This record gives sequence, C-alpha cells and structure tokens, in this order.
Amino acid sequence: MGRYVARRLLLTIPVLLGASFLIFAMVYALPGDPIRALGGDRPLAPAVVAQLKQEFNLNDPLGIQYLKYLGDMAQGDLGTDFRGRPVLDTISQRLPITIKLTVVAIAIEAVIGIAAGVLAGIRRNSFFDNVVLVSTTLVVSIPILVLAFIAQFVFGLRLGLFPISGVQEGWYSFLLPGFVLASGSLAYVARLTRTSVAENMRADYVRTARAKGLPNRTVVIRHTLRNSLIPVVTFVGADIGTLLGGAIVTESVFNLPGIGRAIFDAVRAQEGAVVVGIVTLMVFFFIFFNLVVDVLYAVLDPRIRYE
Amino acid sequence: MSTASTSAPSGSARAGFGPILEVQDLRVQFRTGSGLVNAVNGVSYTVSEGETLAILGESGSGKSVSAQAIMGILDVPPAEITSGRILFEGRDLLTVSAEEQRKVRGPGISMIFQDALSSLNPVYSVGFQIGEMFRAHRGMSRKDAKKRAVELMDRVRIPAAAQRVNDYPHQFSGGMRQRVMIAMAIALDPRILIADEPTTALDVTVQAQVMDLLKDLQRDTGMGLVLITHDLGVVNEVADNVAVMYAGRIVERGTVDDVFGDPAHPYTDGLMSSIPQLEAKGGRLLPIGGQPPNLANIPSGCPFHPRCPKRRIGADALPGRHCAEDVPPLRLVVPGREAACHYSEEVLGA
Repeated sequence: MGRYVARRLLLTIPVLLGASFLIFAMVYALPGDPIRALGGDRPLAPAVVAQLKQEFNLNDPLGIQYLKYLGDMAQGDLGTDFRGRPVLDTISQRLPITIKLTVVAIAIEAVIGIAAGVLAGIRRNSFFDNVVLVSTTLVVSIPILVLAFIAQFVFGLRLGLFPISGVQEGWYSFLLPGFVLASGSLAYVARLTRTSVAENMRADYVRTARAKGLPNRTVVIRHTLRNSLIPVVTFVGADIGTLLGGAIVTESVFNLPGIGRAIFDAVRAQEGAVVVGIVTLMVFFFIFFNLVVDVLYAVLDPRIRYE
Repeated sequence: MSTASTSAPSGSARAGFGPILEVQDLRVQFRTGSGLVNAVNGVSYTVSEGETLAILGESGSGKSVSAQAIMGILDVPPAEITSGRILFEGRDLLTVSAEEQRKVRGPGISMIFQDALSSLNPVYSVGFQIGEMFRAHRGMSRKDAKKRAVELMDRVRIPAAAQRVNDYPHQFSGGMRQRVMIAMAIALDPRILIADEPTTALDVTVQAQVMDLLKDLQRDTGMGLVLITHDLGVVNEVADNVAVMYAGRIVERGTVDDVFGDPAHPYTDGLMSSIPQLEAKGGRLLPIGGQPPNLANIPSGCPFHPRCPKRRIGADALPGRHCAEDVPPLRLVVPGREAACHYSEEVLGA
C-alpha cells in the first residue's frame, strides 16, 4: 500500500507538468495583447509596453516562456500578475473562501444525500422513495445558474432567511451558495445511495445475516449500509477535489471572492501566470483527492488490494 | 442404513423422542407483476434428532422456498405464507413474535446456502462473521467471540485456523468458504441444520469432504439435518429419509433405500431412470419429457400429469382418480411409504 501511494504521488508530477504546459500554451494562444489591454482607454507609452513585455518574458517563444516559468516555480515563485501582485498572494487570499464553500457543499450533499438515499432504498416504492425520485430528477434537470437565482430570490429576497451576496456573515453566508453548489451532487448521491442500498438489501449475505438471527438493526446497518456506502464515499471524495477547484457560476452569482472567480477574471485579463498557477493547483487537488479515494476504497473493501 | 419404523411414515426417528421440527401443510405464494405464483402448496414433513431428511426436487419445485419459510427469512412481500404450521420443539414459529422467531435462528435452527462466496459478507473477516453468532445471541465480547470463531474453524477442519481467522471470504477456496458457512451455522449447536444445496457450487472431491464433515458434525451433536438438493447421489449417500418435491408439493416420501429402490411415484421413477448408467455408456440418456410446471399456472389434477407416462385420463381413469382432474393426495401406499399418485400401486414394482 505504501509503495502504491508513493508511486501514485510520483505520477502526479508529470501530470501537473503536462496540465500546466497545456494551460500555458492555451493562454499564449489567446488572441489580443494583454499588456495593451492593461492600459484600457489610455494607451501605455511604447517604452512602458516594451519594458513590461520584457519583464514578463512575453517576447520569448512559448517553450522558453514556459521553462522560465517552471524555473521560477521551482524556487517557490509562482510569478506575479501584470500589476505586480504575487500569484501566491491571490491564491492564499482566495482559497479559504473556496474551501469554506466546499466544506459546506460537501456536508450538505453527504448528509442530506445519503440520508435521503438510505431511506428511499430501504423503503423502495414508498411515498418517500417517489418524492426522492421526483425531486432529484427536478434538481438535476435545472441548470445551476437558474437554481442559484431562484434560491437567491426565494430564500434571500422573499423569505429573507439567508444573505445573498458576499461573505460578511461568516459561515452563514456560505449556506445558500453551498446548497446551490451541492444540489447536483446531492441528487446524484441520493440516487446512488438508493440504488446501492436497494441492491444490497437483496444480497445473499444479507439473507445470511437474517438467517443468523442477528437483530434487524445489525442486519441493516452492519450488513447492508456499510457495503452500500462504498461507492457513495468514493463519489463524495472525488467531488471534494472537483469543488476545491472553485465554482465559477456559484461564486459569481453569490459574489464570493473565491478561486473560481479569480480564474474567471484571470482568463479575461489574459493573466497567464495567474491562470496557470491556479489551474495547476486545481489539477493537484483533483489528483490528490482521487488518490485519497482510491486508498479509502481499499480500506473500505478488503477485496481491493494495490500492489 | 435406515432403521425406519414401519408405522411412522413421516420420518424415522433414530434417536430422541418425537420430531424436533414439524412442518404442517405449509403454503407460500409470491405476488408478482404477472400474477400469483404458488411456490409451496401444502408441504408437511418432520425431522427428528439425528435424522437426515433429504428434500429432493428440481429448480422451482419449492424446496428452497419452504426452507426459507421455516427460517423466517422470506421477503414478505412479495412472498406470503398463506397457511400452515411450523412447529419447532412444539412451538409454532408462524405465530410467535418476530423477536422470538429471530432468537430461534442460530441456536435452534440454522441454515447454510449454496454459494458461500456471495452468502458471506465480503467486507468482514470470516472470524468476525462467525463471531457475530456469539455476540448477537450470547452477548459475548468481540475478543471472546473471535476466540470461539477460531475453535469453530478448527472444528470444521480449516487448516491454520488461528492464522486465517482475520482473512476475508475472497481469500478462501470454495470448499473452505463453505466450511466457514458451516462453522457459522453450527456455532450455537442448533437442533436443526438446513443445508440448501451445500455442495452444488463445489467440485466433486470437495463435495464429498463437505458432506463427510456435515455427517460427522451431525454424529457429534445429534442435530437434525435437512438436506435440500437435486443431487440424487448425495441423497443416496447421506440421507435417511427423502421427500421428493414437485410443483410445490411432496409427491413421494419414505426411506432413501425404499424410495430409490422402488419408486412409488412416476416422477421419482423418471428421476431414477434419468441417472446416467455406467453400463449403458454411450447409450441415450432418458430425460423426463416435457417442461417443469409453471407455478403461476399449475396444471389441474395431478400437476405431473402432462409429463406422466402412466397417466390415466378419459375413459381409462377410475372414478375419482382422473389424473387431469382429481388432485392425488399424499397417501400411505405401503407401510413407511407415502406417494401422491392415484396409481402408485401400478408404479411400484414396475
């Protein structure tokens, strides 16, 4: 197991290199001149433009630019945006917002999704089961942008229960955006749990557990739920990696200055260093949490063994 | 090998006094999308201490369903026990509370299944799963339960039990997995062990070992063994008495030697003829013609009549014994033998 984890961690290095290069090349290939755009309506003096281009290595060919970027990164310097602000500062300021949003969203999707799925799975074809089926279908079919505005309007404006913008009220500010962000995954988790529980209820080993005369609670919790939740845990784990990459739509609608907003702004301004820095971080989160999930899988299911 | 008493047709008690388990007129239905399926239609049998009763039948004959009804592990719904009594040590398990019934499973009656791999939970060690019996029924600590699990694994002859107690089901071979199941089932010294096709999924040499183990355990504990199988060879080797099932009914019952030696029901007769004979190597097999009955639409009269070579319908039939109209009751044909056929006397000795 230890060797497997070490090998997987080593494998992240080429993946991160490849991903960062691709992003770097894509930003490079974008039409337009970021330095000229920096000046806005008032054109910069040619000398200033030349100096800035020199400073940010914009005159070099793509390969050289990328190598210089890597060289800096190896020394812990992720570069600066065109206004001279270190990318690391941007990340360290934005990331806590996105982490809070992720924590809230994951908590909502795991608690509500699993609870709904378990109840629906145990009582298949009951009224509650049908409510879950219909409501999850509804949630999945509404685009998150629409859902966000509906939530803002109903719970924020009409009922006045939640703040609809900004992070002034601490964790409370994250409840509504967290719920919106979680909704799609929540529906998926509920469905996944329901199917898994329903399937496990019919498993031969559950019949064995009954034949052993175990109390009903033990049969359900120990012999049905434990097995049913393996796929759910792996899905939720992988979802953490995805959500930590920032939620552009949710962060924009609820005016949360997180990673998603940062990358959106950076792409528009063609801030190559910022985009590459953040995307590389996103890729790392994604890989890391997928590794965590794989390890967790082996812990939960003894049939899985990594060599 | 049987010491069948000639006066008690419903099983020969070799030891003890009276039956431990008595099933009376058990009927089970399944409500499905395509209608009512009559899986078990009035089954009665008894099992005494130390007795091995084989329940023989093809797939869909109701042999497993009746066993699950006895264990109280049928899925209700879609299954429904519509009538009958299941007397265990004189108490009707169908009328006691669910909690009382649960307490019988394990210490009173226990069961092993055909496919040990899918019947064991893949995410718990075998020691844990055996130990659960002691924790649930005896309130033992996890540590003590594991100790007992090792003893049981020794008892069912799993080599290096102490080292293997923490292994998971998938790490065992098929035969060893079935031994784990057996260890679990005998953990609390049950009075009755129901073995539902315990050796079907195993290869022949392992089959023999597992059957030997079951017989040895039975000799040590005096438990009654209900062996559900479609394997005539296994029945012949280990069972004292046999009940042949067809379409959810018992069609013939008696000692194995009697029934196999001289069948009193055409279906049993057909089963015997279908056994490949070593002397007739290269010759044709003799299957029973036709298809097993559809349990949602069981033929009128004798359920076997559409396939029966000896059926009498129309003018051939004796009054009240029309094979396509009159259901033949399970009746005493000769001492110690029961069969559900209007014309058993003609089948016997044929």
